[in-house]
Amino acid sequence: MIEIQNVSLTLDDNPILHEVTLTLTEKRIAIVGSNGSGKSSFVRLLNGLRTPSEGRVLVDGYDTQTEGRKVRRRVGFVFQNPDNQIVFPIVEEDVAFGLKNLGVPVAEREQMVDEVLNRYGLLSKRKQPSHTLSGGQKQLLAIAGVLVMKPAYVVLDEPTTLLDLRNKLRVSQAIDGLDQTAIMVTHDLDLVENFDRVIVFDQGRIIADDVPNKALRRYVEAMLDA
Amino acid sequence: MLDLYVEGRSALHRLGPGWKILGLAFSGTVLFAVDHVWLSILWLAISLTLYAVAGLPLWRAWRQIRPALWLFALIFVVQVLLHSWQLGLLVIIRFAVLLLLAGLLTLTTRSSDMIDGLEAGMRPLHRLGVRTESISLAISLTFRFIPVLTSVVHEVREAQSARGLERSVFAIAIPSIIRTLRMSEEISDAIDARGF
Ligand SMILES: Nc1ncnc2c1ncn2[C@@H]1O[C@H](COP(=O)(O)OP(=O)(O)O)[C@@H](O)[C@H]1O
Ligand SMILES: [Mg+2]
Repeated sequence: MIEIQNVSLTLDDNPILHEVTLTLTEKRIAIVGSNGSGKSSFVRLLNGLRTPSEGRVLVDGYDTQTEGRKVRRRVGFVFQNPDNQIVFPIVEEDVAFGLKNLGVPVAEREQMVDEVLNRYGLLSKRKQPSHTLSGGQKQLLAIAGVLVMKPAYVVLDEPTTLLDLRNKLRVSQAIDGLDQTAIMVTHDLDLVENFDRVIVFDQGRIIADDVPNKALRRYVEAMLDA
Repeated sequence: MLDLYVEGRSALHRLGPGWKILGLAFSGTVLFAVDHVWLSILWLAISLTLYAVAGLPLWRAWRQIRPALWLFALIFVVQVLLHSWQLGLLVIIRFAVLLLLAGLLTLTTRSSDMIDGLEAGMRPLHRLGVRTESISLAISLTFRFIPVLTSVVHEVREAQSARGLERSVFAIAIPSIIRTLRMSEEISDAIDARGF
């Protein structure tokens, strides 16, 4: 369970989020809203990449402000641009990076890397330079690099925005197949129809929090009003 | 310039990265300490032989040197004007040998092995409290982002040439730098997020 208690966020004197309170328990949660509404800032609070200016964020009871390491172990994070999150030149090295940070011994690492690459159809690319992969394969590699660390929650910030339709579908299938709780920021509204919960942000505030069709209807109305 | 690893089973591929790095450092020291053109030529021949030993074709060797050709031309001209053509030749051969050997190191060593090798070499520093993981991470990031930065500059140049600005250094440098800075913020978040 992730609890966001009365959280406000101010960056360089600009108020970004205003007194957000939420409890996240569902398995599939989508965050939608227009550009600049605070979605990325919000999800970065969930694994302690940002810490609140006011209020608290608790992940399974651990405060992101004081127990950053434990929180990051529980919450994996997938970014919009796979080019910025693949940090090693060779595919298998990148997947091993998180495991190395966790202190997993080499032999065990090898096997876990194999498993996760196989799951995402990247086993044959194991020894290839990561920059030679297609956009969709790069995003799958980024997801693999996060999942291999076995987090309890996976946060994804617009993971399909830069992809073409085929790759979008592949990545979204991969997300559907996750055993973990997934919290996904997206503009691809058709991908969230079968989610459990959709939260709509506007100017740093939550304007709807409901099942998909109701929340999305409210989102469209708000955008038409503005 | 820094080519990536090429899969292979040669003796050079199997040699420990620490030895290869030492060999490179040793060659550099000898080449610059001994002012003798024949020694440099001998070293050049050895380097090319090592490419053959590693099972790498000559065009690989040529690719290590090609990007530096204009620099070689410049050095040569300056040396001829200030000293002699013999000295110009000596200086160029030295640089060429170093480029060849540095290239050979990256071609025959997986970057992860190189990093592990460097980490092992830096262990004494680690004991003194230096965060050597950061140094090795920085090195792998360099390898990783050379192709990414190349494509950023390429994209910016295309966009600017669509506006007729392909010859303006500023029009290409400024957006490239801004994009790189933005990227670097996200990269550092991504490294944090993966428990480094
Ligand atoms: N580091 C920062 N410093 C100051 N303002 C920022 C920073 N990051 C984002 N912002 C601002 O916060 C607002 C919300 O940004 P963001 O969370 O990225 O929104 P979204 O992901 O919904 O597009 C925007 O107005 C943006 O300009
Ligand atoms: Mg965003």
